Amino acid sequence: MTAAVPVRRAVLRSRASWLLFPAAAVLLVFFCYPLAVILLRSFSEPAFGLSNYVSVLGDEVQIRVVLRTLRTALIITVATLVVAYPYAYAMSRVGRRARGLLTLLVLMPFWTSVMARNFAWYVLEQRGGVLEKLFDAIGIHGVSLLGSVTGVTVAMVQVMLPFMVLPLQNTMRGIDRSLLHAAGSLGARGPVAFVRVYLPLSMPGVLAGVSVVFIMSLGFYITPALLGTPQQALAAQVIGTRVNDLLDFAGAGALGAVLLVLTLIVLAVLSRLAAPLGTSTAGGADRG
Amino acid sequence: MADSVTRVARKERTLGPVLRIWVVLVGFVLVAPTLVVIPMSFGAGSTFQFPPGGWSLRWYGEFFGSKQWLASLANSVQVGLLAAALATVLGVAAAFGLDRARFRGRGAVRQLLMAPMILPGIVVAVAVYGVFLRWQLNGTMLGFVLAHTVLGVPFVITSVQTSLAGYDPAMERAAASLGASRLTTLRKVVLPLIAPGVTSGFVFAFATSFDEVVIALFLQTPDLKTLPVKMYESIVLEIDPTIAAASSLIVVCTTILLLVPQILRRRSDHDR
Repeated sequence: MTAAVPVRRAVLRSRASWLLFPAAAVLLVFFCYPLAVILLRSFSEPAFGLSNYVSVLGDEVQIRVVLRTLRTALIITVATLVVAYPYAYAMSRVGRRARGLLTLLVLMPFWTSVMARNFAWYVLEQRGGVLEKLFDAIGIHGVSLLGSVTGVTVAMVQVMLPFMVLPLQNTMRGIDRSLLHAAGSLGARGPVAFVRVYLPLSMPGVLAGVSVVFIMSLGFYITPALLGTPQQALAAQVIGTRVNDLLDFAGAGALGAVLLVLTLIVLAVLSRLAAPLGTSTAGGADRG
Repeated sequence: MADSVTRVARKERTLGPVLRIWVVLVGFVLVAPTLVVIPMSFGAGSTFQFPPGGWSLRWYGEFFGSKQWLASLANSVQVGLLAAALATVLGVAAAFGLDRARFRGRGAVRQLLMAPMILPGIVVAVAVYGVFLRWQLNGTMLGFVLAHTVLGVPFVITSVQTSLAGYDPAMERAAASLGASRLTTLRKVVLPLIAPGVTSGFVFAFATSFDEVVIALFLQTPDLKTLPVKMYESIVLEIDPTIAAASSLIVVCTTILLLVPQILRRRSDHDR
């Protein structure tokens, strides 16, 4: 009897792994296989070799697209962090009710339909639109955001805010405020205490938010396609046009692979940066 | 002494004026842009001018009077329901599998199942399109459903795993020891416990599919479009303000769907 129970549990365990089979099978066929095919095509069409990669990494226009994509993602990430940090800080300080309201607000872009949101930004950024009039009113003339990378950036920052604010405030809520008092009593006040004590303690949240936002910004398609311009295309747009207009799956695959490799490099660098922080603040990071 | 402590505590709770203004501004930027679609939808002119010159219900008339718009809405609902149902079945099974099974490579399977959440949408879209062209699945209901199922599975797994985290397998043994068959245990014990996770997984999967536009843009044909595709085209190809009516309907419906469970929960809290 005593031996039978663990045996039965072991049987259940091995049987449980079959539950993974249907989902894994569907993903292998309709997700992994397509990705493998397009990757393979990037190496084998029109002829076997690296010709597609040479044309991505050797062509000045393509290089510029990749660099522009990286730069735009970086600007979006930094801008989102700057906007989100004080907001998240405020969220971590207010009472339960106010925090609920601020959470609801920050989730708005996350919940609203992608097309409704992009349409709204299209309307705001268009020539003669509200934003142009607003800039006119404060004396800056001729600002047309629609059809520029700036226009894409502005709309993207709004979409990305939830992905920055939530990890930030998770970390901030776990920060022990008595450390700030301790810093104050030792003579570090205001800005000094913030830079030397609070900022380092909030770094796990910063890194988590930064990695999510940067990676998502690298691959965004709809916002650049609607608000940007082919003259200043981002990588996702070029991938889309190549397939749509030229059915050039091999070239699109090569650019996609470059995008994926860049994503993985960013992930690796950021997790390397986060590793030494993990041990000291692990308790605070997953609270809330 | 006690007085100074409460003073410090109160100071801790209040935010400085600059921070307050910042929070209000950010809150405005988070909410206001999207609300633009509502006045737009009541406009009279046939451009994207904002604020509109005159007011009318013309674009709601266009939306509900147009075969194309209604067909795209019906397609989106159908694809969403089918994809969410399939994703829920696959995802619930997989979440149990991940929870119970212990074998080498379990981490790898988990990462595989979560991958659709992380990869850039455009790369997935182009890859799926390439293969679906060969399999003649582009422009078919089945093609849309399969592609969107893949996207929904990670959401179902995550939300079911959350309910499984607070779940004690001993309850199954307790049910068995009281004479319940495995099927009865599943029906009476297991499913009610994970029901909230399953429901929210289904809702997430449906919302993901209903909102998905990148893959849909590639799989669509003139005969089969989803609502987001139709909306995309109404900006890029047609400059058709009907999109404002469609957007407003979606925004209002999602807001209601989000608020109703909260209100209901509050009410049931009061009842207790």
